[in-house]
Amino acid sequence: MSAPDQPMVRIRSVRKRFGSLEVLKGIDLDVPAGEVVCVVGPSGSGKSTLLRCVNRLESIDSGRIWVNGELMGYAERGGRLHALRPHELSRQRRGIGMVFQRFHLFPHRTAIENVMEGPVTVLGTPAAQARRQAEELLERVGLADRAHHYPSQLSGGQQQRVAIARSLAMRPSLMLFDEPTSALDPELVQEVLAVMRDLAATGMTMMVVTHEMNFAREVGDQLVFMDDGVVVERGDPREVLAAPRHERLRAFLGQVQ
Amino acid sequence: MTPERAAGVELPIEAVRPVRPGRWLGAAVALLFLVWLAYTIIVNENLHWDVIVAYLADGRILGGLWVTIQLTVLSMAIGLALGVLAAVMQLSDNPVLRGTSALYTWFFRGTPLLVQLIFWFNIGLVFPTFAVGLPFGGPKLIEWQANAVITPFTAALLGLAINEGAYMAEIVRAGIRSVDPGQREAAESLGMSHRQVLRRVVLPQAMRVIIPPTGNQFISMLKTTSMVSVIAGAELLTVAQRIYLGNFEVIAMLMVASIWYLVLTTIASVGQHFVEKRFERGHVRLSSRVRRNLSPLPAKEPPPSKEPS
Repeated sequence: MSAPDQPMVRIRSVRKRFGSLEVLKGIDLDVPAGEVVCVVGPSGSGKSTLLRCVNRLESIDSGRIWVNGELMGYAERGGRLHALRPHELSRQRRGIGMVFQRFHLFPHRTAIENVMEGPVTVLGTPAAQARRQAEELLERVGLADRAHHYPSQLSGGQQQRVAIARSLAMRPSLMLFDEPTSALDPELVQEVLAVMRDLAATGMTMMVVTHEMNFAREVGDQLVFMDDGVVVERGDPREVLAAPRHERLRAFLGQVQ
Repeated sequence: MTPERAAGVELPIEAVRPVRPGRWLGAAVALLFLVWLAYTIIVNENLHWDVIVAYLADGRILGGLWVTIQLTVLSMAIGLALGVLAAVMQLSDNPVLRGTSALYTWFFRGTPLLVQLIFWFNIGLVFPTFAVGLPFGGPKLIEWQANAVITPFTAALLGLAINEGAYMAEIVRAGIRSVDPGQREAAESLGMSHRQVLRRVVLPQAMRVIIPPTGNQFISMLKTTSMVSVIAGAELLTVAQRIYLGNFEVIAMLMVASIWYLVLTTIASVGQHFVEKRFERGHVRLSSRVRRNLSPLPAKEPPPSKEPS
């Protein structure tokens, strides 16, 4: 599919507006395969919108986004862009896992049924095989004993770990995390970050919108600071966080730490 | 009881309840009223209880009962299908589909059911024949006489089902809208198609909101079928009317029909209760939530990472 030297995610000149409000004002960003890119910034900076544009939960107004070498949302034929049909879009989304701030587990299904849902419904995996795979994934996020609990019977941290397992069940080549710990009680944040840390160690390519600067420092390969729809500063998280060059980043770090 | 509170001593509450004379009086009045009501009904000679009992299991009555059940179940099933279709159209991005659905609910909720029933029964006056072929005056492949196709039963079914669909559309639409948009996004992120999102994620959750009013519609439909008597639909009320036109036992026959309607609605109410419980899956009430949090099982396990990173 993709050449080994090209980045997993390539974002070029992406603009996005909601009505009269321009939330992304020309974003360029590369996420090399196997790396963890942490996107930070104040609320309203456009970081969540950028993430949602990558798997096309939001459409973009201009620019290009490639994932795994594939142009997202469009096909280029005869020098013109053709918007993809819904089923082609669904196929593109399969390879991209998404973890939401508010989990969005399917409340009418148990933990293991949530994890099985994608493979069985979308990939047509036989139920027995999907169940075995789901059991392994729940084991991996430390929830084997909660397989038959409904989401409402799980704590926020447990729900988020099930949500991560549900995304992994599709064997994605890219994982997107949209503020995965922001809705959690403080004592539950670490169990989710631990799962993400393990996942990064397996070489998964990850884009993480977060306020967890320690996570960015320990796990991130690249830190991207966004403010007001533009990328203000980027680089090695340890260097950027130790010596921020821009006043806006210094002000932001002063507020979150 | 000793006044000092030693550790581990139980202090049970055995309080005397306050006397509430007003409530006792109200209960006594209500009971007296019920006894008087039962008495006047039972001893009333004009009610002809012997006739009522004799006709309860009459063959014609049971036949009418069966038609009532058929009409209710079929028109609810067709109405539900029409309602889902209209609701999905209503939520579409396409203005023509939205408009068609809006026109449907507007027209059939805006005209009396009684008028619709009489209209369907007399549709032969507007369209003497039905044909399969090309529209706008093109050649026809098969043709039927309207008067042969439109029996009282088919007219009743058409009227009830199409009218019901207009009401079900609103109920289904409200149900679909009640589902958190994040659910749709999560399903789409897994790569589900629109159809899969609707069938696997949105509709099952919408059901929780759709079921209770649908149960009410079903119970209401059991009784609404009696309107079909204006076109001689051969259901319970029509049959009862036919009998009392012969034997003049008007009140007794209406009592027979009412008893059967009560039996049907009671069974339906019990069924509704169980169906609602079925669709409560995954929704935990506060009491069980508290029990979960206080259960001896560890609510929080140690973080799952095996090796320190």
